[in-house]
Amino acid sequence: MIGVISYLVFFATVAAILSIAVLGLNLQWGNTGLFNGGVVAFFGAGAYGTLILGGTAQSDHLGGYALPYLIALLGGMAIAGAMAWIVGVLTLRLRHDYLAIATFGVAVAFENLMRNAEGLAGGAKGLRGFERPLHAWLGDGFTYNLLFLAFVLGLLIATYLFLQTLIRSPFGRLLRAIREDETAAQSLGKSPSRVRLISFITGSVIMGLAGGLYGTFYAFISPQDVLPILTFQLWAMLIVGGAGNNRGAIAGAFLIWGAWTASGWALSRFAPPDVQLYTGSIQFILIGFVIVGMLMWRPQGLFPEKLVVSQSGRK
Amino acid sequence: MIQHLLDGILVGSILSLGAIGLTMAMHMLRFANFAHAELLSIGAYCALVFDGIFAAIYAPLGNAIGPLSLTWALSLAVIISMGVTGGSAILIDRLVFRRVRAKGGELSMVFASFGVAMIVRNLLGLIFGLQAQLYSKDIVFAVVLSRDPFILVKLDQVFSLVAALVIMLILHLILSRTPFGYALRAVAENPSLAQVSGINLNRMITLIWIIGGGLAAAAGIFYGLTNQINPVLGRDLLLPIFAATIVGGIGSIYGAVLGGFLVGIASNVALLILPSGYSPAVPFLIILAVLIARPTGLFGEERA
Repeated sequence: MIGVISYLVFFATVAAILSIAVLGLNLQWGNTGLFNGGVVAFFGAGAYGTLILGGTAQSDHLGGYALPYLIALLGGMAIAGAMAWIVGVLTLRLRHDYLAIATFGVAVAFENLMRNAEGLAGGAKGLRGFERPLHAWLGDGFTYNLLFLAFVLGLLIATYLFLQTLIRSPFGRLLRAIREDETAAQSLGKSPSRVRLISFITGSVIMGLAGGLYGTFYAFISPQDVLPILTFQLWAMLIVGGAGNNRGAIAGAFLIWGAWTASGWALSRFAPPDVQLYTGSIQFILIGFVIVGMLMWRPQGLFPEKLVVSQSGRK
Repeated sequence: MIQHLLDGILVGSILSLGAIGLTMAMHMLRFANFAHAELLSIGAYCALVFDGIFAAIYAPLGNAIGPLSLTWALSLAVIISMGVTGGSAILIDRLVFRRVRAKGGELSMVFASFGVAMIVRNLLGLIFGLQAQLYSKDIVFAVVLSRDPFILVKLDQVFSLVAALVIMLILHLILSRTPFGYALRAVAENPSLAQVSGINLNRMITLIWIIGGGLAAAAGIFYGLTNQINPVLGRDLLLPIFAATIVGGIGSIYGAVLGGFLVGIASNVALLILPSGYSPAVPFLIILAVLIARPTGLFGEERA
C-alpha cells in the first residue's frame, strides 16, 4: 500500500512539474498565438541553471556556486528568460514561421551544447553534485517526497493564479486582442511585437521554473532529459487539454502524462521481448496520433477556452 | 580547408534539393512544414526497397555502374522513389494538412506537421528497424585527388553532386520556360490574381507536393548513397534544410539552392574551428546570423 502511495506521490510530482511547463506554453500559444518549437530548451535552461548555481563544487565542470536554493531556482528561471529574450527579439517581428524554426533550432543547439561541452555542464554524463534543499534535515524518504510534492503543488497553484490574474488584466485583454486581430490592436496604438516579446519571455521563464523543479526533484540532469520528445509531450498536453484554458492545460498534463506512463508500463509488461526495443517508437507514434487527431477532430481540446470576443470578432 | 570546402559543396547539393521543396510549400501554404525532411527518409527507404526488387527480378541490374557503388537497379529505383515520395506527400496533404487547413489557422498546421513527422519517422523505424542500412555492401574507396593538400573524394559523391545539379537545371528550365512554370510563379506572387486568371490553385498545390516530394526523395537517396540510411536521417537534416530556406529567403527557389550550398559549406568549414560534436548546432548559428544581419535572407521579400 505504501508502495502505491509513494508511486502516486512520485507520479503527481512529475505531472505537476510538467503542468507548470504547460501553463507557460499556454501563455505563449493559447493566449498569444506564439509557436514555441523548442520548449525543452527553456525547460532545460531552468534545470541546468538551477543545478549549476545551487550545486556543490565540481572539479570537472562549471558549478559549485552553492547558492541558497530559491536564489538558484530564480537564477535558472532568469537564464531561461534570457534565452527567450535573444530568440524573441530576433524573430517576433518576422512572420510566424521564423519563431517556429528558431525555437526548434534553439532546442537542437541547446541539447547539442549540453552533450558536448563537458567543461560547462558535464557533457553526456550529466550534471551531478546537487544536494536537494533541506536534504540534511528531512532525509531522502517518503516525508521528503511528500513535502516536495506540496512545494511543487504550491508553485503550480501560484503560477495558475498568476496567469489567471494576468489574462484578466488589461495586459491579458491586449494579448487576446493581438491574437485575434493584430491590425486593429495596432490601430489603437499598441505595439504587437513588444507585447508578444513580454508574453514569450514570461512563458519561457515559467518553463524554466518547471525545469528547475524537475532538476531539483531528480538532483540530476543530463542531455537525455532535454530531448525533443519532451516538447511534443508538452504540446500534446496543451492541445488535449484545450489551448487558452489554464485549467484545461493542467488537466491535459495529468491526462497525457498518465497515458504516457501507462502505455510505457503496458508495453514493457506485455510486449514480447523483441518488440521492447521499439517501445519508444510505438509511444512516439501514439503521441503523434494524439496531436494530429486532436487537431483534425477537436482542435479546441477537451476543455475549450471560453472565448470572450466581440460579435464582430467571431469568424 | 579545401577538403572541407569540397565536402561542404557535396552536402550542400543535397540540402539544396531538400530546401527547394520546403521553401515552395512554405511560401504557398504559409506554414513551416516540419514533416518535409521525413520525405527524404521516405525516399531513401523507398529506393532501398525497389533496389532490392529490381535486383531480384533481373540479377544483372544489381551490377555496379562503372566505378560507382551505384547499381542500375538503384538508378531505376531513384526514379520510382521520386514518384512514390511525391505521392506520399500528396497523401499526407489529403489526409492531414488539407483537413487541418480547413479547420484552423496556419499555426495548427505547424503542430500537425510535427505530429506527422513523429508518426512517419517512427513508422519507418518500426518497419525497417532502427539500425543503419546501406544501398551497397561493397566497400567504396575514396579517390585521392591530390596529396598536398591531401584531398579525398568518393565517386558516389561526385555522381550525387552532378545528378543534383542536373535535376536543379531541369527544374529551372521548367519554371522559366513552360506555362506550368509561369502558373506556379504567378500563384507564388499573388494567389488571388492567379486564380482570377484561371489557374487552379488546388492543382498547383498538388504539383508542388509532387515536385517537393520528388526532389526530397532524390536528396534522401543521395544522402543514403554517400552516408547511410537510418530512420533519423530526416530529423538530422531538418535543421540544415530549414537554415537553407532562411538563408535564401523563405519562398525563393533560387535562394534555397544557394542557401543549401552555403549552409553545407559553412557547416563543414566550421569544423575547422569547432569539434565535430558541435556540427548539429552549426545550422542554428547560421540561422541566428541571418536573422541578425538580414532577416529576409538573400532573396526573400518582406511579408508579415
